Amino acid sequence: MKKENDSESQNENRRKFLKLGLLAGGTLAAGVVGLEKVLSKEEHTTTDKTVMSSDGKMYKTNSKNLKECCAEPVSNEEARKGIAGKKFVMVFDLAKCDGCKKCTDSCQEMHYTEPDREWIKVFKMKDSETTAPYFLPKPCFHCDNPPCTKVCPVNATFKRQDGIVLIDNERCIGCRMCMAACPYSTRFFNWSHPVQTAEVANMKYSPEQGFPRRMGTVEKCDFCPDMLRQGKMPACVSGCPMNVIYFGDQNEDAVTNSSGVTLKLSQLLEDNAGYRLLEDLGTEPRVYYLPPKNRKYAKPDMNKSDGDRKEHKHKDMDMGNMIM
Amino acid sequence: MENKKFNLAQEIELVKEDCLRPTRKWGRSTQIWLGILCCVAAWGLFAFIHQLRHGLGVTAMRNYVSWGLYISTFVFFIGISHSGTLVSAILRITKQEWRRPITRSAELLTFVSLLFGGIMPIIDLGRPDRVLNLVIFGRVQSPLLWDVISIMTYFTGSTVFLYLPMIPDMALCRDRLIVTKTRFDKFRKRLYTFMAIGWTGTKTQWHKLETVMTIMTIVIIPVAVSVHTVVSYIFAMTLRPGWDSTVFGPYFVAGALYSGSAGVILGMAVFRHLYKLEKYITPRHFDLMGRIVLALTLIYAYLNLNEYWIPAYKMATHEGFLLRDLFFGSYSGVFWTLQFGTVLLPIIIMSIPKGRQILPLSITCVIIVIGAWIKRYIIVVPTLLHPYMPIQEVPADWSSYFPNWVEWSVTMGCLSGIFIVITLFSKFFPMMAVWEVEEGLEIEHDRQVALEMKKKREMEKMSQEVTVN
Repeated sequence: MKKENDSESQNENRRKFLKLGLLAGGTLAAGVVGLEKVLSKEEHTTTDKTVMSSDGKMYKTNSKNLKECCAEPVSNEEARKGIAGKKFVMVFDLAKCDGCKKCTDSCQEMHYTEPDREWIKVFKMKDSETTAPYFLPKPCFHCDNPPCTKVCPVNATFKRQDGIVLIDNERCIGCRMCMAACPYSTRFFNWSHPVQTAEVANMKYSPEQGFPRRMGTVEKCDFCPDMLRQGKMPACVSGCPMNVIYFGDQNEDAVTNSSGVTLKLSQLLEDNAGYRLLEDLGTEPRVYYLPPKNRKYAKPDMNKSDGDRKEHKHKDMDMGNMIM
Repeated sequence: MENKKFNLAQEIELVKEDCLRPTRKWGRSTQIWLGILCCVAAWGLFAFIHQLRHGLGVTAMRNYVSWGLYISTFVFFIGISHSGTLVSAILRITKQEWRRPITRSAELLTFVSLLFGGIMPIIDLGRPDRVLNLVIFGRVQSPLLWDVISIMTYFTGSTVFLYLPMIPDMALCRDRLIVTKTRFDKFRKRLYTFMAIGWTGTKTQWHKLETVMTIMTIVIIPVAVSVHTVVSYIFAMTLRPGWDSTVFGPYFVAGALYSGSAGVILGMAVFRHLYKLEKYITPRHFDLMGRIVLALTLIYAYLNLNEYWIPAYKMATHEGFLLRDLFFGSYSGVFWTLQFGTVLLPIIIMSIPKGRQILPLSITCVIIVIGAWIKRYIIVVPTLLHPYMPIQEVPADWSSYFPNWVEWSVTMGCLSGIFIVITLFSKFFPMMAVWEVEEGLEIEHDRQVALEMKKKREMEKMSQEVTVN
């Protein structure tokens, strides 16, 4: 894969990357990565541009010859194997989370998600009457003992060597057994024809990015493996303004947040009594939480709900104050 | 002696006629009934095509309740399919003579409900076009594949189990259908000839049939038990409160037997009335079947106790949250109606001999069958609405579920499909296993003859003693 000459900030999102990560035209075809797949529908004004081929040489060419594209996603086979030598891990410092949902926003922007699907969702939690409320952002936990991949009848959802659990929507038959099996309600189903632009719909599919979506298949948080291959952070991590989310490699024992602060994972978990959600289910999540001790924000208002999305109608059903 | 024999032959002839009569003419009512069923089925097909075109989004299912009426109906149909095995195989193995007139309809019910039960999960697929992936990429580790394998095995087995005892009857139909003027009659003749596979009733043929039937009878019972056990596993193999239960296998098997045997009684009542089989399917049959359903309902009630009372005593966090909703919350009305109305009430009714008479028993069985269906729904849906993570700030339709017109139409379409197959079957094939009833008559006759001989001998002995004295 192509490595960007990275002057971009860590907050750079993919949409910008798509526009910048453009490469070469017809004459350069052979040496260039990711060229024919994604055509921009927009008309270009023809100007001269300087581009770099995959072997590092600079060329000047007319923009007529250029096609806008992203890095070509890896093959299905590669996407099923995962990145060698890695064990990805995420840590949420709940003391810093103020429930702003910027993580959800950046995730949805990167994955062209419809607003009702929150691959990472921020819950307002209150474990019991007497304990303090707090915000809990919840992505997919990419469990090491994943209940979802176990039950898949066609191996459409699978666990990779780098710990990531992905879905292949070209194979998924839409039985939703994985959704029934996931105890964290992390999976979403494309009930109808997906709402996506022609640009997205025409992209080359890879299980590593989750789009273009297909009707009748399951989707969920994927830890942004396409970004990881480029040496970048998942969207939620770089999108978090509160530095709540740390991401890294357990093999390196290091995690980094959006400000670029890198910490020793084992030390972080030990010093802050890190834990995993619903540990007693034995799913072995790859996502850790640091308890909301000495919160740096106002506590969530358990009685207030967000405007346009309606709270479910049974009052009994809100387990915010029942969980764990 | 001679007189008796004559009676037997006459009676056998009567059985043959009684069984074949419904296949001879298609009455007006049959045509209207089939017409209505076909309309419902066509409407269901239309709804299904609508669903295929626009996705499962046209149903009421959403991300929390990702399984609904289709999967509940799947479990229910598979449950009903246990009837055939129970009545036919278990009663055959235990040599219950009274089973003879009811085995055919029971086996048919198994065959049809399995056929449509197997279709339900495919209707529920987001991508039914990819159903072959189950073969190409099938993972044996998935409970869903266990379902595919066991249901297909059971379907094959029960088809054979239905067909085998039909062979002599097919030969009978073939031989009795002499006038083949119309094209329809010619078709029937050809069908019977084909299905009779050259049956002439020789000693070797009877011997072979009996051997194969014995093997099938023994094989089909564990297969049937495995099917419903495995159906329960698609729920029990998850970590969800309400499904994560070790008693689910036997619980589902018991529920299946309870609803399936009630289904058999309904079939008996309907065919007895429609096809004038009052002479063969007698109040005694209803009484005996009533006892069986009573026993199965008691077992089912016992498993209900285990399924709900054990977690209810502990009220562990998430289980407790679900149980509170079932016992006192939004599902409490349905839940208690099911427990008292469709389990306890039938137990009381069927415990009284009068309750096992034809009419009250049939009504009880209607209640049981409908109750079993709703119970499946109550097993599937509330659990999905009580996940571990709270349901917060989601679109309103995600956090509640009631099947909409598409799901009702498709499901009713499948139900009418079941009735269509049963009706057509009964119009082509005898609804009682003629030769089995015949055999029963012969056994009964032999028994009576033996009894008379014994009496005679005793009389002779006595008279001899009298003369000696």
